[in-house]
Amino acid sequence: MAKSAEELTWKDLEIGAIMTEPGSASQYQTGSWRTERPIIDLDKCTKCGLCYVFCPDMAIKVDDEGYPETDLFYCKGCGICVVECPKQAITMLEEEG
Amino acid sequence: MKEKRIGMEVSQAIAIATKLADVDVISAYPITPQTHIVEGVAELVADGELDADCIPVESEHSAMSACLGSSAVGARTFTATAGQGLELMHEVLYVASSMRLPLVMAVANRALSAPISIWGDHSDVMAVRDTGWIQIFAVNGQETFDNVLCAFRIGEDHRVLLPVMVHLDGFHLTHMIEPIFIPEQSEVDRFLPPYQYPLPLDPDKPVSMGGMGAPNIYFETKRAQAEVLTAAKEVILEAWKEFGDIFGRHYSPVEGYHREGAKVLLLTMGSFSETAMTAIDALRDEGKEVGLIMLRLWRPFPFKEFRQAVKGADVLIVLDRALSFGGPGGPVCSEVRSALFNEDKKPKVIGFVGGLGGRAVSPDGFKEIINRGIEVAHKGSEQEFEVFGVRE
Repeated sequence: MAKSAEELTWKDLEIGAIMTEPGSASQYQTGSWRTERPIIDLDKCTKCGLCYVFCPDMAIKVDDEGYPETDLFYCKGCGICVVECPKQAITMLEEEG
Repeated sequence: MKEKRIGMEVSQAIAIATKLADVDVISAYPITPQTHIVEGVAELVADGELDADCIPVESEHSAMSACLGSSAVGARTFTATAGQGLELMHEVLYVASSMRLPLVMAVANRALSAPISIWGDHSDVMAVRDTGWIQIFAVNGQETFDNVLCAFRIGEDHRVLLPVMVHLDGFHLTHMIEPIFIPEQSEVDRFLPPYQYPLPLDPDKPVSMGGMGAPNIYFETKRAQAEVLTAAKEVILEAWKEFGDIFGRHYSPVEGYHREGAKVLLLTMGSFSETAMTAIDALRDEGKEVGLIMLRLWRPFPFKEFRQAVKGADVLIVLDRALSFGGPGGPVCSEVRSALFNEDKKPKVIGFVGGLGGRAVSPDGFKEIINRGIEVAHKGSEQEFEVFGVRE
């Protein structure tokens, strides 16, 4: 996409706003909806992977050592990972501003 | 021109039009008074006369949804419905126009429940006025047949790519037997090129249709849609012109009958127009300067042609066959008033609501409407609109 959505005028749109580029949803920063972010205490984490499994937005990645990492571009801050973590290793921190 | 004129039910003529248009997919749910259209098309497919897929569905909502899919892969698509069926399609109608899918639908205009009425009026149409479809009203069977062919040509034009409704009055037209000129296949082929959607659903070149439009882009999509529907009028005029050149039958957005020099005009839509002509003839014989205008193109509304058509008239009487409850009477009258409001010289607009739920308006009835309309125009009235033909 040459222009971002904010730059497109109605004349730039494809007929019926058809999307010709596959996977364009990945450009959408759902992380901007977040009011709280998950903080993972790696000392408590057992690398069980449940947070990765339950995250509805695939916003938790696993690093080379097997520890979870949140992708804040997509994380909406829903807190499901906090509820599912069997070791209470994740807490939510309020976003500022 | 080698056209045969054959007596047949108008619904059957629509089926033949889909055959001549070489439709690829039909998905419809039968509902009175549209049933004969779907039966006719299904029979042509079953007999091997039309090489198309009939997709049977469990509701009109599904019928319209199936039509979206088939139109999106580039298949020429037809459906038909009426009354409650049109209302059940409602939300999907917006999707068809927003996704710019040029399918064609015949609507056998029918009243809405309750009480249950299978008979004709325009309540169903008016409820889908703002769905973004091109909407054409037919006065008789020949117009219906011709405009089904035109609808494919107009909708599929790459400058348009919009769905088209062809409105015909339930029973008054759907079940009417009328001699209809049926053109040769070669002539239809000359008028109607094959359907080619520019960005179809294609596994080799994937696209996404009907995605999410967040606040940062939704409004732009609607602006584009509004623009294309308005601009479609030029293509409609062009298609009608070429249709006239090939077939000798000429159509325009607003049709006049004894309009010249008329001080009083009546405006009608659909099959009631021919009955109204009889009344106009009778009043002309009595020496009254009355005329008729018939609104054929409902969406996009032909502002220029309409204003031109009412020029010179002092009184414009509008008969609506639908009622905007708690509002200004009929939807057509509201629209017409609004189209004239800012004009310096304009006729006084008198709105009538009549003919609901299949109630007929006879030629004498039209005479009464016109005479009463003239009276109201001169003396005024306490009411926002007049009601005709109901027992008080």
